[in-house]
Amino acid sequence: MKAFKDAGHLFRLASVFLVGGVLFLAFRGVLVPRSFGQYGHYRADAIKETAALPISYAGHQVCEGCHADVLEVKSKGVHKQVACEACHGPLATHADDPASVQPAKLDTAVLCVRCHEANLAKPKNFPQVVSAEHSGGAPCETCHQPHSPAIVAVAGGNQ
Amino acid sequence: MQIPVEGFMYPNEVELQWSVLIVLYPFLTGLVAGAFILASLERVFMVKAVKPTYRLALLTALAFLIVAPLPLQLHLGHPERSFEMYLTPHRSSAMAMFGFVYLWYLLAVLVVEIWLDYRRDIVVMSQCTTGWKRLVYRVLTLGSTNISERSLHIDERVGWLVTVIGIPSAFLLHGYVGFIFGSVKANPWWSSPLMPVVFLFSAMVSGIAIVMLLYMLMCRLRREPIDMDCVDTVAKYLFYTFIIDFSLEMLDLIHRIYEADESFRSLDFMVHTRLFLSQVVIQILLGTVLPILLIGVTQVVKLAAEQRKRIYVVAGCLTMIGIFAMRWNVVIGGQLFSKSFLGYTTYKMGFVTREGLLTAIVLTVLPFVILGVLVKLLPPWPEKKSAISSVAVAAYGAD
Repeated sequence: MKAFKDAGHLFRLASVFLVGGVLFLAFRGVLVPRSFGQYGHYRADAIKETAALPISYAGHQVCEGCHADVLEVKSKGVHKQVACEACHGPLATHADDPASVQPAKLDTAVLCVRCHEANLAKPKNFPQVVSAEHSGGAPCETCHQPHSPAIVAVAGGNQ
Repeated sequence: MQIPVEGFMYPNEVELQWSVLIVLYPFLTGLVAGAFILASLERVFMVKAVKPTYRLALLTALAFLIVAPLPLQLHLGHPERSFEMYLTPHRSSAMAMFGFVYLWYLLAVLVVEIWLDYRRDIVVMSQCTTGWKRLVYRVLTLGSTNISERSLHIDERVGWLVTVIGIPSAFLLHGYVGFIFGSVKANPWWSSPLMPVVFLFSAMVSGIAIVMLLYMLMCRLRREPIDMDCVDTVAKYLFYTFIIDFSLEMLDLIHRIYEADESFRSLDFMVHTRLFLSQVVIQILLGTVLPILLIGVTQVVKLAAEQRKRIYVVAGCLTMIGIFAMRWNVVIGGQLFSKSFLGYTTYKMGFVTREGLLTAIVLTVLPFVILGVLVKLLPPWPEKKSAISSVAVAAYGAD
């Protein structure tokens, strides 16, 4: 018993750690969501919550249902693989109610350079320009039609 | 802010992701591990000459360990999220498991060892002091005022056991930091199984050097004579550890040169240009070769105590600069070259920013402030101990 008495302070220290451990487990029980770990190292409920979020993107098939004229132009140009909402932004609300929700007009001087500004890291065959030299800040649509951007030679030899 | 780039860099390589704070982090943890290993020399390996530095080494380790995670917190930007690695630990992530290594080392090793070693003083001071200090000491006693010979003997035995457990824990703490870099297989500057070992020995070097410098500085501040036997022994261990550390770093270098894999020309060019000052001049020549030579002179030539002291101070300061440069060259150097091996970027350090120079300076000074508070609260001096002893005998003599 004497040994226990002289080691009493160690039991007190152990108690502090024990209380700390129990408090930690209690906090953990409260803070860790119930569905955590159900499928993997994440909160399973997050899947349902994400699925319940309102849809922002309508998808190009929906756009093409109404804008067949644009589809025809686009399908002949190099942007045929670019989805409509990649440039126009999420437009599910417009697709649901085309009359009252109108997409904003895009500024091609800002939009096009997101992909086409010259950068050494881009593949050589990807069309890219130093916009300040190429257009001096003028909107790209002055010369290019965004849905089919190649400039076709017209009679008289102008490009 | 335009970052100067030379040659070809992939877009995600131009801006460095790991800043000066990530340089500071292994530097601080290295000091913790090194200081603790110096303390263990006295406790476990019975090197009695270094006893005057034992308690100072433990307090230094604690002060730096408290600050060690702050660079990471500032780098990540969401301190509240770090708690999640304790709540939902991901066992396959080395970084996530670090939280447990840190907590284990802080609570189960350092705090327990310091508490056991100081318990007698804490109990006595809880009786001798007044005001808030008394309250602090009373809390630290955990309500037990038993400082009988037998209870102190138990403390001694348990403290020894904690130190024995602490040595591999210190190795784990800093070996982990080297492991994090050494296991990045995509980066040839870091990816090396030698990295944890090199980090560990450089940690021991920096930890021993900082405790030696702090001991000499504190003796000077307190106008007490420096125990030259102690400082000579610490310098001797610093010398041995430094030689092993330098040999390992050179072994790594020779291995890289001989292996000369596809990254070699790019890395070699970097060492001869962008890293020449920080690696060749500061880290290797000024921060490693010169201090080894200086301490080496004290080992072979009989010099007066005053000359040895000056040499130790110069060598100690150079060592600290050299080890910091080593961390800098690993962390920053590893991000300056392109994975294409065709280009190099530049590290632009901010000043008054979350990860800027000012933040790094504050985080470097902070451990010394904490150490000052700890030294005030738990004086590591034998003189104080003997003064306390007389009070203790008066108060608990019959126990």
